[in-house]
Amino acid sequence: MFDWMMNFYSSLPTVMQILIGIQLIVIPLMLAVAYTTFAERKVIGYAHVRVGPNRVGPRGWLQPIADALKLLTKEVILPTNANRFLFLSAPVLTIAPALAAWAVIPFFEGGALADVNAGLLYLLALTSLGVYGIIIAGWASNSKYALLGSLRSAAQLVSYEIAMGFALVGVLMAAGTLNVGGIIEAQSGSMYHWFLLPLLPLFFVYFISGIAETNRAPFDVAEGESEIVAGFHVEYSGMAFAVFFLAEYANMILISALTAILFLGGWLSPFQGILPQAAFDLPVIGALLDHGIHWFLFKTAVFLFAFLWFRATFPRYRYDQIMRLGWKVLIPVTILWLFVEGVLVAFNVGPWFA
Amino acid sequence: MTFELILFYLFGAILLGGALAMISVRNPVHAALFLVLCFVAAAAVWLLAEAEFLGIVLVLVYVGAVMVLFLFVVMMLDINLAKLREGFTEYLPVGIVVAVAMATVLVAVITRYITMDVPERAGPEYANTEALGAILYTEYVYPFEIAAVILLVAIIAAISLTMRKRPDNKSIDPGQQMAVSREGRVRMVSMASEKKKSPRRGAQGGDADGQQDDPSK
Repeated sequence: MFDWMMNFYSSLPTVMQILIGIQLIVIPLMLAVAYTTFAERKVIGYAHVRVGPNRVGPRGWLQPIADALKLLTKEVILPTNANRFLFLSAPVLTIAPALAAWAVIPFFEGGALADVNAGLLYLLALTSLGVYGIIIAGWASNSKYALLGSLRSAAQLVSYEIAMGFALVGVLMAAGTLNVGGIIEAQSGSMYHWFLLPLLPLFFVYFISGIAETNRAPFDVAEGESEIVAGFHVEYSGMAFAVFFLAEYANMILISALTAILFLGGWLSPFQGILPQAAFDLPVIGALLDHGIHWFLFKTAVFLFAFLWFRATFPRYRYDQIMRLGWKVLIPVTILWLFVEGVLVAFNVGPWFA
Repeated sequence: MTFELILFYLFGAILLGGALAMISVRNPVHAALFLVLCFVAAAAVWLLAEAEFLGIVLVLVYVGAVMVLFLFVVMMLDINLAKLREGFTEYLPVGIVVAVAMATVLVAVITRYITMDVPERAGPEYANTEALGAILYTEYVYPFEIAAVILLVAIIAAISLTMRKRPDNKSIDPGQQMAVSREGRVRMVSMASEKKKSPRRGAQGGDADGQQDDPSK
């Protein structure tokens, strides 16, 4: 059955193969986004010692479907004198980079839609495009609140992008390649070969900036539901509003996946080089212990849970504190660690830079 | 006509159309957005020419950072369009002369000095980023470093020009905020427990009223 499907797949023209590949990524991703919203409400519910959504379907499992139906049937309101084209294209501009970035993510060995040389640069460039959706949404809404909210949010995104980029420079120095698959290969060996240990400060900087880039608590001043009523998307309703949230959750999953790939070896098994070879030869357990997509998904899920956990744990940052953390703490930390890493690379300190 | 050629003409057309729209639209925000479109189309053309580093960095630096700040400024400014267009016809002849001169020089330079065959396609093993890095950090290392230092000087100059101390600024020193300890804020008092007494009903003694919990205590 599997062989037959693979043969059929390879007999198709290239365009069809790419389209099928896109479907294989986007459909599970959208399902994951829908159930991340459910997971978020459940996790925060239990963190608050309450149950969370449990009315729609068995134990609330149909809640995301009900939410989607509700949003689809709502009216999309166009504000008076709003620029219609820009107003409607802003949600598209927000979600498009969040989906397009998945093209270079390797899900398993050789399992990326596009195995490009400059994969890391591509990711940096695409994640920097997300800010346009926010700016255009704020401006095209023809509302002072939306414009001010978009300026706040865009300033935050631009600031944290620098720290994020520097953290990626550290990964690039350690791996010696821009290819995302190559970065994972460079971490193979054992758990201790992952970039988590040599690049520990950069790992923290990357994940913190990732949270700030996705406008999530404790950096969610753009939305800040207890202080202001939403920021740049205050004029949006119905599905146009929902697309902003789809993009936010798709970005959360992307940042989690990237953290797993860049610092925890993506699909690499943590038991490689630690357990004897006999353990990997066991019938079913061996396949589970060995490298594979399940490790990638597990590591991504851990970071995704951390996003929800932080939202339930930390109070919101004040705006000036956000700017201070980004510019005066995270960026100096990355620059210092790039210097340390340069010394480590120059003297071939093992096992990472040997 | 190959697929690549179709893509080249498509992105070329978008680039030229975007550039024309950028100088002709009235709204400055629309003009800035058309400039963004031009950058993206130019990046795509560079990608077709196997210069993926230049293409991606164009998107990363110009689209992702410079144009965002540009849009910031344009959106915040209160631009009076009527005042801007004042005297347009007056300056038009000068503008046309400059434009024609520029175009002539550009065409002359391009047709005379830049004559080259279609470059050969490098294989899939070729990485433009690596090739650029290898030449930048060996042959051109001094110009590269000097350019970096000049940029650093510009950054410091910009910061020192805009940094000023404002006495009416109410900003808080973050170091002071960090240094706050529990001892500085809370005083723990240890004292012996006292008999419950109500100031109003104290004279009547301990009856039913006095045994109820008084929330004000």
